[in-house]
Amino acid sequence: MKPTRRSFLRGAAAASVGAATGGAARASGDPAFAEIQPWMQELGDPVDAAPYGMPSEFEAHVQRKTVYWLTADPISSINFTPLHELDGIITPNGLCFERHHSGAAHVDPALHRLMINGLVDRELVFTMEDLMRFPRENHVYFLECAANSGMEWRGSQLNGCQFTHGMIHNVMYTGIPLRLLLAEAGIQTAGKWLLAEGADAAGMTRSIPMEKALDDCLVAFKMNGEALRVEQGYPLRLVVPGWEGNMWVKWLRRLEVGDEPWHHREETSKYTDLLADGKARRFTWEMDAKSVITNPSPQAPLTHGAGPTVLSGLAWSGRGTIPRVDVTLDGGKNWHQARMSGPSLSKSMHRFYFEFDWNGQPLLLQSRAHDSTGYVQPTKNALRELRGTNSIYHNNGIQTWHVKKTGEAENVEVS
Amino acid sequence: MSRFPDVLKALAAATLIAPAAFAQDAAEAPEGGFGLGRVATTEEVAMWDIDIRPDGKGLPVGSGSVELGEEIWSYNCAHCHGDFAEGIDRWPVLAGGEGTLSDDRPVKTIGSYWPYLSTVYDYVYRAMPFGYSQSLSPDDVYAITAYLLYSNYIVEDDFVLSNENFSEIAMPNEENFFMDDRAETELPQFTAEPCMTDCKEQVEITAHATVLDVTPEDGGEGGGGGID
Repeated sequence: MKPTRRSFLRGAAAASVGAATGGAARASGDPAFAEIQPWMQELGDPVDAAPYGMPSEFEAHVQRKTVYWLTADPISSINFTPLHELDGIITPNGLCFERHHSGAAHVDPALHRLMINGLVDRELVFTMEDLMRFPRENHVYFLECAANSGMEWRGSQLNGCQFTHGMIHNVMYTGIPLRLLLAEAGIQTAGKWLLAEGADAAGMTRSIPMEKALDDCLVAFKMNGEALRVEQGYPLRLVVPGWEGNMWVKWLRRLEVGDEPWHHREETSKYTDLLADGKARRFTWEMDAKSVITNPSPQAPLTHGAGPTVLSGLAWSGRGTIPRVDVTLDGGKNWHQARMSGPSLSKSMHRFYFEFDWNGQPLLLQSRAHDSTGYVQPTKNALRELRGTNSIYHNNGIQTWHVKKTGEAENVEVS
Repeated sequence: MSRFPDVLKALAAATLIAPAAFAQDAAEAPEGGFGLGRVATTEEVAMWDIDIRPDGKGLPVGSGSVELGEEIWSYNCAHCHGDFAEGIDRWPVLAGGEGTLSDDRPVKTIGSYWPYLSTVYDYVYRAMPFGYSQSLSPDDVYAITAYLLYSNYIVEDDFVLSNENFSEIAMPNEENFFMDDRAETELPQFTAEPCMTDCKEQVEITAHATVLDVTPEDGGEGGGGGID
């Protein structure tokens, strides 16, 4: 249990083609050779068929998915990035997971304003046109929901890395350093905190310490080169690198400077972490180092049988880069250093691979991230010993996949 | 260092003290700044700046009784949150759960968990009712807040909440929150060089996701423990 029916059939089809090919394809009637396919003979689409292109129809299964029972309704809810279908480190805009509190607001950019008020020398209002005249920067950052993997605190529950780890995306943002906008207003000496507020009906607010605001936060208007998607805060969102996704206020309309935090709903009732003794951590902003093997995984079984096998996964840390990931095939008895591939950027996803010769026997796969501060990703049990099982947020424990002889994979926990 | 000649800066400054009709002129360029945007009017700030802090900063003048709150509640809130704030179906439970925070299944409500009353006022005023935000008057929200205090056995049924007595209300769980301490309690423990070879003799599977079997095959229905 259970790759989707579709993915398993696809795998089976691929396996039979592989078996039939074996050096005598034409004789055995491999249709890839024996029949002239329509795309070999007929004309393809004209250049004006898709002014804004979509993926191949054969990739239609690569989709965000939701889990209806997680929330009371689909408006204040969550969906999941299909990590098991992606490679590299950049998440395509249309697949970036969504988390709304009053739905995805459709904001007219001509009527959008960004206000800065509070303990500033000049309370200001910016139009989108004004904002386009500030110096810009480009940075790749991961955005991880504080609740990513939160359903797994009590044990294995959801069968697939899309569901267990898919409240995350990683894109290149183009935006204005927040400190430039704040300098324009002039922060007064007593201004130690910033309240960011969204323009949607949830009026999302979070308190952010001024040191972070002046450090690396951005007010972003583009992702992966194009305008923010509606569901990602079009036309303007806050980027708070390395910190929990809730703080990345979408449809950003106001920044207030104050001398104390506001203790609003999303930093008291929500996004506080209840420990076993009934006390709760507040302001747990940073996302700890974490990793997951995306392939193989429950939604991406091994369909090729024994032999050369590519293990692939993602690792990230809210505190820096990921210089190293270890992987185990035997549930943690023995570990191997994975091969990092692609750019290593601070507070961004990193891609790792481990190529091995699968002997066809069951595997217990895990990955363990090391970040540039020396932090090593803990096991779930190590976290539970410190926090209990009711903290909902910030579960960065090591994930285990049980790969069976059939190649099917399951979300499990091991001793 | 300004990008604008002094004479332009002087002109920009002059507009700041000009009549309101000219208030939409460009902001004065701060030292080293760009002079982009414009000064927000007092009215504009008042329309958007509705946030409330635990010390009462931001509270509008007004008041509301438990009695009136119950009436407003029944029309605007009870169809999701229940007549007594006990919650209907999956909608949030707002009352009850006292003393459950260290239980196996804690019930986190305004009364049992929330540290500050200001958060109740702020959130109801900015974001409730769900689907019709900012439709309640300040007095309505005082009354609803009073009713929620009553539902949580924090005040009597003749209580009237106002901006005057708001700060006198202490929430039961305020003291049980503390600042993120991972830097002291977790990071040192998780920075040791880990074992690479022959780390354990036996490995047993202790939990299976497929036993619960709540993963949607194609985004379909399921059932299990949520995260909201």
